[in-house]
Amino acid sequence: MKYAFFPGCVSQGGAPELYPAARMVCDRMGIELEEIPGWTCTGAGVIQEKNQLFGDTLNARNFAKAEQMGLPILTICSTCQGVMSQANHRMRNPEYLAEINSHLAEEGLEYSGNSEPKHLLWILIEDYGLDKLGALITRPLNELKVAPFYGCYIVRPTEALDIEEHPERQQSLEMLIQLLGATLVDFEGKTRCCGFPILTINQRNSMAMVGKHTSEVKDLGADAMVTPCPLCHLNLDGFQPKAASQARRSIDLPILHMPQLIGLAMGMSPNELGLKRHIISTGPLEVKLRGR
Amino acid sequence: MDVTIRVKRQDPEAGDERRLPYWQDYPVTIADNATVLDALIQIREDDDGTLSLRCSCRSAICGSCAVRINGHAGLACKTIANTVVQDGVIAVEPAGVMPVVKDLVVNFDLFWEKIEAVDPYLKHMGQEPEGEYIVSNEAMLHLSGVTACIMCGACVSDCTVLEVDPTFLGPAALAKAYRFTADPRDGDAEGVSMERLWALSEPTGIWDCTRCNECVQACPKGVAPMDRIMAMREQAIQAGYDNNNGARHTDAFTESVGHSGRLDELRLPIKSVGMMNLPALMDYMPVAFRAMRRGKMPPIAHKNVENVDAVRRIFARTQPEPEAAKVSNNSPFG
Repeated sequence: MKYAFFPGCVSQGGAPELYPAARMVCDRMGIELEEIPGWTCTGAGVIQEKNQLFGDTLNARNFAKAEQMGLPILTICSTCQGVMSQANHRMRNPEYLAEINSHLAEEGLEYSGNSEPKHLLWILIEDYGLDKLGALITRPLNELKVAPFYGCYIVRPTEALDIEEHPERQQSLEMLIQLLGATLVDFEGKTRCCGFPILTINQRNSMAMVGKHTSEVKDLGADAMVTPCPLCHLNLDGFQPKAASQARRSIDLPILHMPQLIGLAMGMSPNELGLKRHIISTGPLEVKLRGR
Repeated sequence: MDVTIRVKRQDPEAGDERRLPYWQDYPVTIADNATVLDALIQIREDDDGTLSLRCSCRSAICGSCAVRINGHAGLACKTIANTVVQDGVIAVEPAGVMPVVKDLVVNFDLFWEKIEAVDPYLKHMGQEPEGEYIVSNEAMLHLSGVTACIMCGACVSDCTVLEVDPTFLGPAALAKAYRFTADPRDGDAEGVSMERLWALSEPTGIWDCTRCNECVQACPKGVAPMDRIMAMREQAIQAGYDNNNGARHTDAFTESVGHSGRLDELRLPIKSVGMMNLPALMDYMPVAFRAMRRGKMPPIAHKNVENVDAVRRIFARTQPEPEAAKVSNNSPFG
């Protein structure tokens, strides 16, 4: 299996541990990743609020490049997934697509409108198969209790994300956690907002969201939370100490990137998966895994 | 169809434990095409007259029966029961954010206070028109997308910001505000609602939205409140109200990607809070130090993507024309 890889800015910026971890687990699964040359940011929904045409054109440019490669797109970021799907949804309007293509022509690019970018999480379930992934699990995470946290853009709006045709997408993270052998800690906040988009605008509210979700899961006895969204990770992990001090309590809930959790279940070491780069120590979780 | 309706009940005025929320199961037999509201009414009529709920039209017009069904807000009368059964159960809770009066009935005071706070009536600036003000069909058709709101409160129920901060104006009131900022009769002679956009750019307004899409998903009438909030951000920036963290963040983000193709994560927060805003910048220092210690900082030297000139030319070509941008009803919605 081979994909046009769209890593997204954060996996090489604020969450640099994600990129190599994703590559490692994809290697192990035999999923070949060829990075889209010269890919650009999707706009993250931010550019779209100022200039939707520019944001959507950037996405069409990435899609057109992947079409030239003749490969479907794989991403490892919930936010990128959502923004790409929304842009794609708007480009089903042929007039809009034509306008966008007029801006790509100079580079010799043209987007057909037929790309279907997918997050690794969806690919595992829809294209790769959980059975096949299950066969690669050498160290089931039986000792761990893990809570899911999706990131808004991979669950809403459902129309752009084709949830009706793929209802399993709404349960995908829970299915994965259980497949890896961990105990699922389910909670209502799993599809809510982490607060990252308003971090620099209303930090108090942003921290209240981080504090609410992480402390709820901590109090349910979870050892970790796992997310397919590196932006959620930045806030839930990087800003958790600040959220804890605002909530006047200790939280200390490790937040794992989805590929890291998969890697642990494949027997990869916490170090090679970059767990030491997290702000919230994953030490207690590693002790549990070693203690067998 | 046999199904269990699991209702979250509460009677805050009760003298016993019923004053706290509790779940009660009602096994019912309903028609295959019955709505969740049909099931609730059947329970109240046949099984348990103490169950409180609000409803009227049963046709998704009156906006009375918004509840949370399996954790997500929607109209009970618009939801076909057999499409939401999970393992033989449908969980029904009162709408979120607003306080429970009893069972599925919530107090809407907060909802109406916010609607009132956005001055929900036309405010023409300057000279009154001499005769009637003819609005184009196109403009009215566009507005009809927002006036479709039936004030059911589903969006408010599921708003992730209101959940942590009751001072936020919230999706319903902000969508209502857009109904006026996008109305050519509101504001100055060119239809730009300067006063409103200024007020909406203040804290608790348009920039406090997290863009989580919960309200878009919850709205039973396709009003898409979040999309209207985003349109007002664009209107506010174009009207010149850009001296706030939200507008600076959007500007800096767009410039960064327009110039290099990717996001410069190191400089974005600095530009968002303002280069000269030392207290806010100092506030980020502990986080930055922790990140640096863990080797998590974005690269200091931000690199351009391959063939960045093409990206820069797309950026230049897709800028809105300044003249067109002045008209507030020039929105991206159809």
